[in-house]
Amino acid sequence: MKLKILSDKAKAAIEAEFPKYPDKRSVLLGALRIAQNEVGYLSEAAMVDVAEILELTPVQVYDVATFYSLYNLKPVGKHVIQVCKTLSCALVGAGQIIEHIQSRLGIGVGETTPDGLFSLKLVECLASCGTAPMVQINDRYYENLTPEKVDRLLDDLRREGKSAMASGPFQLPVLGGKS
Amino acid sequence: MPKYEPVLLKNMSQPGYTGTLDEYRKAGGYTAFEKVLKGIPPSEVIEIVKKSGLRGRGGAGFPTGMKWSFIPKDHPGPKYLCCNADESEPGTYKDRQLIENDPHQMLEGIGIACYAIGSHNAYIYIRGEFDLGAEIIQRAIREAYEAKLFGKNIFGTGFDLDVVLHRGAGAYICGEETALLESIEGKRGKPRTKPPFPATHGLYQKPTVVNNVETLANIPYIINRGPEWFASLGTQKSAGMRIFCVSGHVKRPGNFEVPMGITLREMIYEHAGGMRGDKRLKAIIPGGASAPFLTDAHLDVKMDFESIAQAGSMLGSGAVTVMDEDTCMIWAAMNLMEFFHHESCGKCTPCREGSAWLLKILQRIETGHGRMEDLDLLVSLSKRIEGRTVCAFGDAEISPVLSTLKHFRAEYEAHIQERRCPFRPNVVLAMAGSH
Repeated sequence: MKLKILSDKAKAAIEAEFPKYPDKRSVLLGALRIAQNEVGYLSEAAMVDVAEILELTPVQVYDVATFYSLYNLKPVGKHVIQVCKTLSCALVGAGQIIEHIQSRLGIGVGETTPDGLFSLKLVECLASCGTAPMVQINDRYYENLTPEKVDRLLDDLRREGKSAMASGPFQLPVLGGKS
Repeated sequence: MPKYEPVLLKNMSQPGYTGTLDEYRKAGGYTAFEKVLKGIPPSEVIEIVKKSGLRGRGGAGFPTGMKWSFIPKDHPGPKYLCCNADESEPGTYKDRQLIENDPHQMLEGIGIACYAIGSHNAYIYIRGEFDLGAEIIQRAIREAYEAKLFGKNIFGTGFDLDVVLHRGAGAYICGEETALLESIEGKRGKPRTKPPFPATHGLYQKPTVVNNVETLANIPYIINRGPEWFASLGTQKSAGMRIFCVSGHVKRPGNFEVPMGITLREMIYEHAGGMRGDKRLKAIIPGGASAPFLTDAHLDVKMDFESIAQAGSMLGSGAVTVMDEDTCMIWAAMNLMEFFHHESCGKCTPCREGSAWLLKILQRIETGHGRMEDLDLLVSLSKRIEGRTVCAFGDAEISPVLSTLKHFRAEYEAHIQERRCPFRPNVVLAMAGSH
C-alpha cells in the first residue's frame, strides 16, 4: 500500500530499527518519533502510515501516541519550549520564568505564536534539578535560567534558529563532597 | 580534595575527561568485564555482587545480587537485561551525569550483569527527553562494538552480547520496571500485575532483570576491588557509596557521592553549602517526590535505607530536595500532587481518580477556599489509595499529602482559618491546571 504522508526515507529509517527487536511492535515509539520529526506532529495520516509499516491497527498506534507526552497530536511551533514546573525548579523561580516567557511571547501555556516560531508547554521534572530553573527547547536543555537569560535565548533562536546557551554534557563542579 | 574518595564520579572529575572509550580504558575500564568473562563463572559473579551488599539505586533498594539470582539458570530461550535510564523521579539527576560524562561505566556493568544472568541481549531504556544522553550512549555503544567489547565472541571467550538503546517518549511511570517492559514492547507504559515477576515473565514474557544506571555502574568496581571493599563503605545494611542529588534552597546544589550513612545535616550544610540566604531549613524530601517530607528535626538522621525509613520517609532515588522557612508546605504538596496527577497512568482507579481529588482539595486549601473537614478528607482519601494499586505509584502519590499534614498541620489550619495562603497571600494558582 502506498503511504499517505511519510517519505520512503522515513519508512526506511523505521525499518532499519526492526533487527533490534524480536517483534516489529517494539519499534513503535521510535517510529512515532521519526514520523513526528518528518511531519512536524503526529497527524492522523502519519499514524496510519506508521500502523501500515509496523503491521498494526491504527488504533494501536493512536493508543500509544496519546499516552506519551513527547508526541504532539496537533501542529506546534518551530521551537517547542518546555518549562519544567516541578518542585525543585518551582522552588527557585520556575514560576517567574513561565510568566516571563508568556509576556515576552504574548502567548499562554499550550499556545503557539502567530508566526509559528514558538510553542509553550509546561512539563514535569526533566532531571535538571540542581541547575534549576530550566527549559528544554526541542532536543536541548537550557539551565540555570534567569529572565535576562531567557531574553537572550529567545533572541538567539529568533535570529539564528539555535543558541550557544544550550547545555552540553552535564556540568557541576562539585564532586564527592567538599574538602 | 573531596572529603570522600569518589568512585563513579572519579574519572569525570579529572580535567579534560570526556568519557570516550579510550579514556575509560586508560582509567582501567573494561578490565572487570574481561576478568569475569575469562575466569569467573556466572554463579560466582552473582555471589560476589550478593556479598558486596549492593542494593538498587533506582529507588526500591532491592539487593542486586539477589535479583540476579532469581533468573532461572536452565531457561532455554532468551533472557534479557534492561538498564533503567528513565530517570524521572523529581529531584533526581545523577544518572544523567553518569550517562553524559562516563557512559562506559554503565555499559561495562551491563556486560557483566548479562554474563552473570546468562543474557545475550540488553536494552537501555532512556527517557525520551534525554536527547543528548541518547546521542552519547549511542556513540559509546558504537565504540564498544568497534572495539569488540560488544557483539560476537567477546575477548575470544565465545560470549555474545547485543546492546540496544531504546528511547522513551515522555512518561514518568516507565521508570516502574514492568511499565518499562511494556514500553519497550511498544505499548502504553502501564505497570503489570505481579506476580508473575520479571525474573520469570519479563520482556516478551522471558526472564528479565531491570537495573538502574547507577546500580550497574557500580558493578565493575565491585568486581575489581572486591565485595569486601564495597561492603566496607557505608553502613552494614546500606553498603557502598551513593550519589545524592541535592536541589532546592541550598547554596550549592549538586550530585555528591558519599558513603551511605552520613547525616542529612552533613549533606545539606557541608556538601551543599547550607541554606541560601542562611534562612532556616523547614522541610527536606530525602528520596525524591515519592518520599514523605521530613523537617529540621530530622537533620541528624543518617542517610541509609534503614535510618531514613525509621524516621518515617524513604531513601528512594537519593534526591534530596531542601525547602526554607518561606516555603508554603501546602503549595509544595500541591506542586507534587500536580506531578502525580499528571503522571498517573490511569490503570488503577484509586490512583487515577484519587490523585485528581487530592489535587482539587489541596488547591482549594491553598487558595483560601478550604474547609476544616478537608483535612480528614485528605487522610481518608489517601488511606483508600494506599495499598490498592498495581504498582507503588499509589503509595507514592499520597506521601506529600500525608507527611505535610503530619508535620505541618498548623499550616493547613492557618490556610483554612485565614482563608488565604499566609506565605503567598495573592496566590492565583500560577502553576495549576497547566497540562
